[in-house]
Amino acid sequence: MQDIDIVDLKRISELIYQKYNYDFRNYAMSSFKRRVQRILDLKKLTIDALIKRLSDVPGFMEEFLDELTVNVTEMFRDPSFWRVMREEIIPAIMLNHKQFKVWHAGCSSGEEVLSMAILLKEMGILGNVQLYATDLDVNIMERAKMATYPIKNMELNEKNYIRFQGAGSLSDYYKEENGMAVFSKDLLANVNFRKQDLVLGEPFNKFDLILCRNVMIYFNQTLQNEVLKKFHESLFKYGYLAIGSKESLIWCDYANRFIVVNNEEKIYKKIKD
Amino acid sequence: MSMFTLNNSYKAVVIGGSAGSFQGVVKILSQLPKGFPLPIIMALHRLKHVRHGFIEALSIKSVVPVVEPDDKEPIKKGGVYLAPANYHLSVELGNNFSLSTEEMMNNSRPAIDITLSTCGYVFKDKLIGILLSGANRDGALGMKHIKDKGGLTIVQEPSECMIETMPKAAMALTSIDHVLKVDQIVEFFKELDKQYK
Repeated sequence: MQDIDIVDLKRISELIYQKYNYDFRNYAMSSFKRRVQRILDLKKLTIDALIKRLSDVPGFMEEFLDELTVNVTEMFRDPSFWRVMREEIIPAIMLNHKQFKVWHAGCSSGEEVLSMAILLKEMGILGNVQLYATDLDVNIMERAKMATYPIKNMELNEKNYIRFQGAGSLSDYYKEENGMAVFSKDLLANVNFRKQDLVLGEPFNKFDLILCRNVMIYFNQTLQNEVLKKFHESLFKYGYLAIGSKESLIWCDYANRFIVVNNEEKIYKKIKD
Repeated sequence: MSMFTLNNSYKAVVIGGSAGSFQGVVKILSQLPKGFPLPIIMALHRLKHVRHGFIEALSIKSVVPVVEPDDKEPIKKGGVYLAPANYHLSVELGNNFSLSTEEMMNNSRPAIDITLSTCGYVFKDKLIGILLSGANRDGALGMKHIKDKGGLTIVQEPSECMIETMPKAAMALTSIDHVLKVDQIVEFFKELDKQYK
């Protein structure tokens, strides 16, 4: 962790924006710096060599993006959140709609959307819900579509599932093959995966529930504001937005168009257009 | 005569600790001078999947309530902050916190190195870094960062630590200004507080 100069970070984000149309210019500085440092260490590059490779080697951007985005996640992260989903939020949506749409914004390797599918299946309503899972990074979404994870991750996932008080055992949903947990493909049959850039992309649909947990923490406040605006536009009136347990909307301009439904689990409801 | 040469230019204190540090932290927080003017930012190793209980336990005896900051929360003078479970805690230029769920570092999330280094980067020579008892090397690199930026470095006296690995690793990696027992760290805070009155 030596220090990368902010000027160099700005050169990188400017170059990526101009040449590849990804906008990292308003990412939170400390984590962006660590991600770039990580790539320098992994690829054994100097900062100048990295910049040169980004400008001269077209295929390198994809590799860079894959390492730059944070893809650390787990199934049923914060089990109490998932209990509130099952016991309060989804039943509240179903009071008005038999069928509804959910967007997992920044789905990464898919653990969260898979958790949602399992929850809905256990509620007996998986077929009534259209799930959308989007990410900036198409490579990581390919992993999400496979719903296949190292078996060593299952200990933590199973622990979370037990705390969530699921109907059975997490292992009911996967088969073990060559050290991997291969989840049943039926779970993802209703999931639409698509590439979506939260920063530069426009709203593409309307939803009853949006989950964007621990994604906006990588943005600075300016960008959090802009993305919240897009979520607001993408929600039906009285739709729900769930963010990470240590995130907050209160520093955003659009916060007053939402009310807090559950402060502990950071679930908000859109109340004003 | 004071054993410390201090001034009132410091802007923040950052504390790292792991196994065996809890009692020390409680002692420091319980004897903190009233109205202590600087923010105290703490990264302590803790159970990843237990969100509750830790700040409550620390707050019982603390003079100032301990807060687990939300992402982008502004850093207040005199606030006492603790890295939340399962998140790394950084400070950003512009005087606010940011959280991240990046890979574990030194087998830890929160990683002490991340909090210490980002504090070092933002506060430079206006920072005091304190590393307490612990069983791994997390924090050593962060202390080096703080020293390299001109900050003041303090570690808990290894002989007093339940596990001395952490302060010893820092002492091996960088120059440490003061090696102190917890009672002396308490005195240090009192001396420091006087500089601002």
